[in-house]
Amino acid sequence: MRFTNAAASYIDERTSISGAVRELGRKIFPDHWSFMLGEVALYSFVVILISGTFLTFFFDPSMSHVHYEGSYAPLRGIEMSAAMASTLDISFDIRGGLLMRQVHHWAALLFVASIGLHMLRVFFTGAFRKPREINWVIGFVLFILAMAEGFTGYSLPDDLLSGNGLRIIDGMLKGFPIVGTWISYLLFGGEFPGLVVIPRLFVLHIMLLPAILIAALGLHLLLMVINKHTQFAGPGRTNENVVGVPVMPVFAAKAGGFFFVVFGVLVLIASFFQINPIWNYGPYDPSPVSAGTQPDWYIGFADGALRLVPPGWEFVLWGWTFSFNILVPVAILGLFIVIVAIYPFIEAWVTGDKREHHIAERPRNAPTRTAIGAAGVTFYAVLWAAASSDLMATHFRLSIEGVIHTLQALLFLGPLIAFLVTKRVCLALQKKDREIALHGYESGRIVRLPGGEYVEVHQPVSEYERWRLVSYEDYAPLMIRPNDQGRITLGMRMRAALSRWFFEDRISPATKGELEQGGHH
Amino acid sequence: MAKQDNGESSAAAGSAVENHGAPKASSGTAVVASDAFTNPGLPPHQPRVTDVDPAKERQATRRVGGLFLVSILGSIFAIVAYIVFPIVPGDMLSVRLNTLFLGLGITLALIPLGIGAIYWAKNLMSNHEHVEMRHSTRGTEETRAAAARVFTLGNEESGFTRRKLIRNSLIGALAVFPLPAIVMFRDLAPAENPATLFKHTMWDEGTRLTLDPSGAPIRAADVTIGSVFHVIPEGLEEAEHPLDEKAKAAVLLMRLDPEELNEAEDRKDWSYDGIVAYSKICTHVGCPVALYEQHTHHLLCPCHQSEFDVANHCEVIFGPAKRPLPQLPIAVDSEGYLVAQSDFHEPVGPSFWERSA
Ligand code: FES
Repeated sequence: MRFTNAAASYIDERTSISGAVRELGRKIFPDHWSFMLGEVALYSFVVILISGTFLTFFFDPSMSHVHYEGSYAPLRGIEMSAAMASTLDISFDIRGGLLMRQVHHWAALLFVASIGLHMLRVFFTGAFRKPREINWVIGFVLFILAMAEGFTGYSLPDDLLSGNGLRIIDGMLKGFPIVGTWISYLLFGGEFPGLVVIPRLFVLHIMLLPAILIAALGLHLLLMVINKHTQFAGPGRTNENVVGVPVMPVFAAKAGGFFFVVFGVLVLIASFFQINPIWNYGPYDPSPVSAGTQPDWYIGFADGALRLVPPGWEFVLWGWTFSFNILVPVAILGLFIVIVAIYPFIEAWVTGDKREHHIAERPRNAPTRTAIGAAGVTFYAVLWAAASSDLMATHFRLSIEGVIHTLQALLFLGPLIAFLVTKRVCLALQKKDREIALHGYESGRIVRLPGGEYVEVHQPVSEYERWRLVSYEDYAPLMIRPNDQGRITLGMRMRAALSRWFFEDRISPATKGELEQGGHH
Repeated sequence: MAKQDNGESSAAAGSAVENHGAPKASSGTAVVASDAFTNPGLPPHQPRVTDVDPAKERQATRRVGGLFLVSILGSIFAIVAYIVFPIVPGDMLSVRLNTLFLGLGITLALIPLGIGAIYWAKNLMSNHEHVEMRHSTRGTEETRAAAARVFTLGNEESGFTRRKLIRNSLIGALAVFPLPAIVMFRDLAPAENPATLFKHTMWDEGTRLTLDPSGAPIRAADVTIGSVFHVIPEGLEEAEHPLDEKAKAAVLLMRLDPEELNEAEDRKDWSYDGIVAYSKICTHVGCPVALYEQHTHHLLCPCHQSEFDVANHCEVIFGPAKRPLPQLPIAVDSEGYLVAQSDFHEPVGPSFWERSA
C-alpha cells in the first residue's frame, strides 16, 4: 500500500493525473445488454491488433516469385509469391501461427459484424440524435475503415481467391469514366496483377488504415465520454441524468472481464474452426477459378449489387466507354451508405427538434424510423443474398436467371414490404403498451359479474413499470405556416411532407387523465 | 389527449437538459401532454443473496478466486502445449494438434479470467445504482464568449482579416502546397500509356496455342468435339511478367459440331473445323470464365454469372457483362498444331474508358 501511494504520488507530481482520475474514475455508465455491441467491436479490434502484430513478424509482403519449400507437401516446388509462401509458413511451420492467423481472421469478421450490429442498435434507439450526430458519422467512418481493413487484409496472402477479388476490384476501377484506367494502372504499378500491389496493400493494411482507424476510434470514445452514454427510459432515469454503475470498480471489472471473454471466445473459435485455408486454393493465377467461392461476408453486398445488374448496361458514346453495369451498382451503394451517414441530420430537419436527447428510445416508439431501418436492412440483405445467387440456384435446383430476377424484384419490393409491415407492428405494439399502461396486464383470470357477464381480471402495472411504457417522445406532423415574407418555400413544403410521412400515424403516450377516467371500463 | 404546445414553452417537462442561461432549444414538432405521467423515481434497492448471506458471499469469493486460478493453469497449459505439441514438418495432424491445444490453453487462460471479473462485479461489488447529472454539451455563455474573444484577439493581433494580402496569399499557398505530393504519385506505374498496353496481348501471328499450365502445344486432331482446353500462348513462362501476360492472354479452346456453329461471314476463317478460341477473361470485371456447359455450348462466369453462347461468337445471353468474349483467330501450322493468326482484334477483359478510342 505504501508503495502504491508513493508511486501514485510520484506520477501525479509529474502528470497531474489525479485530476483525470477524479473526473473519470467514478463516471457513471448505464447498463443494457445492447450497449455491449460497441464493446465487442472495440475488443475484437484489440484482438486484431495483438494477433496482427504477431503475424507481421513472420509475413513477407512481397510478390517476388519463390518456389515453395515449406512443409505443406502438396504445394512443395510450386511457384508462388513470397507473400503466399510466408503465409503458408505461418500456417504450417510456426507454432501457433495458424492459430494466430485464424484468430486474426475471425476477429476481423467479428469486428465488422459487431460494428454493424452496434450501428443498428444506435439507429433503432435513436441514439444518434443531438448531441451525438457527429459521433454517428465518426462511427460510420469506422465501419467503412473496418471493411477497408478487412478487404486489404484478405488480399495479402496472394492466394487464388484473394487475387480474384483484386481482379474484380481492378475490373471495377477500369469501369470508371476518365480516371478509371489510370487509377487501376497506378494502383497495380502497371498491368494487373503486377508485382507491387501486395506491398502497397500491406502498407495500407498495417499502417495508414490502422492509424486513421485508431484516431477515429479515439475520437469516438472521447465524444462518448463527453456526451455521456444514453440510457433507456426507466424509473428514476431522465434526460438530465445518467443512472448506472461507476467506472471504478464495477464498470471497469465488467468491461475488462468482457474483453477477456471476447478474446477467449475468439481464440476458442480459432482453435476449432478453420478459416481461409489458402493452401486449398493455391497461389494466385489469373486463369483457374472455382465456382461457388465466397468473399468475406461484409463484401457480399457489393458483390451482390454487381450481380443484379440487368444485361447490356454498357455503352460507347462519343468514342468513350461508359460501364453503367459497374457505375450504377456503385452509385446505388454509394447513395445507400451516404443516406446511412447523414440520416441523423435528415431526421433532425424533419422534427425540427433542437434539444439534446439522452434517452434511448424503444424502436416501437419511433415507428417510421424503425420502419425505415427495417427497409434499409432488407435492402442490404437482398444484396447480400444476391452474392450467393449461384449457391442458391445449385442448392435449390433453380435456374440462375430465375434467382436473379426474383432478387431484382425483391430489391425494390422487399424494403417496401418491410417498411409497411414494421410500421404496423410498431403501432400495434405501442397500442398494446398503452392498453397495459392504462388497464394493466391481462391476468388470464375470468370472473363472472353479478349481472351474468364475464370479464377478464386485469393485473395493474406498478408505477415503475408504467413509466417505462409511457415515457417517450411524441411528435405531431408539421403544419406549414408562411414565413416572415408571407411565403411558403419549397423546402418548407418538403419538410412538411416528410413530417407528415413520419408522424401522421402516431400513438400518443397514455396520460394521467386517461388513467383516472378510463381505468375501468 | 395530447395537445400540441407551440413555440418556446414546449421544451418543458423533463426534456431539456440543464442550460446555463443559454437560449432554450426548440423542440420542433414535439408534443408534450399537460397531464403526462411523472417520473416515479428510482425503485427501492433490492439486496442480492451475497449482500445478506455471509455464506453465499464467501462462496462467491471462492468462485472468483477459483476462476482466476483456472486462468493461471490455462496459461501454463498453453506454454506446455507449445512445447509438447511441436509441428513435425509435413505432418498435418501435428499442425492441427498444436493449433488446438495451444488455442485451448489460451482460451482457458482468457475466458475464466473474464468470467471471474464479471462475476465479482455482479455479485460482490456494490450494485447500488448511482445517479450522475448531465450538463448541456454547449459551453456556458461565459466560456463561449471567452472562446470568441480568443479568436477576436487572434485576429486583431495578427491582422488576419485586415491584412487582406497576407490572408489571401496564405490561402493560396496552402491550397497549392499539396500539389507536388499529388504529382509525385505519377511514378507509381511505368511511363507507358495504360490504354495502349491494355489493348495488346502476347498473341501474335503463328504463336502456338499451348496447354495451361504445362505449355504443351495442341494438335488440332486432339481436340475432340465437346471438349474444352485451357490455353496459354507458347513462351508465356519466358515472358518478363508471366502473370501479367496470362491475365490478358488466357484462352478457352472448344470444338463444336461445325453444324452448330453460327459464324459471321467475316469471321468464318477464324475457326478451324469447328474449333474456336475465345478469351477466357470475362468482359464484365475480368474473372476467368471457366465453366463450360457442353450440351448448351454456354460458358458461365463464376463471379457474377454472365453467360456466353459459344455457338454465337460468345454473345452474352445473361448477366451483367455486355460484350461478347473476344475471339482469337486460329489456324493450323504445317505440323498440325494450332496457332494464332494474329492478336485479338479488340481489347480483352473488362471495359475501360479508352477501350474503343
Ligand atoms: S466477372 Fe464475369 S460476370 Fe462479373
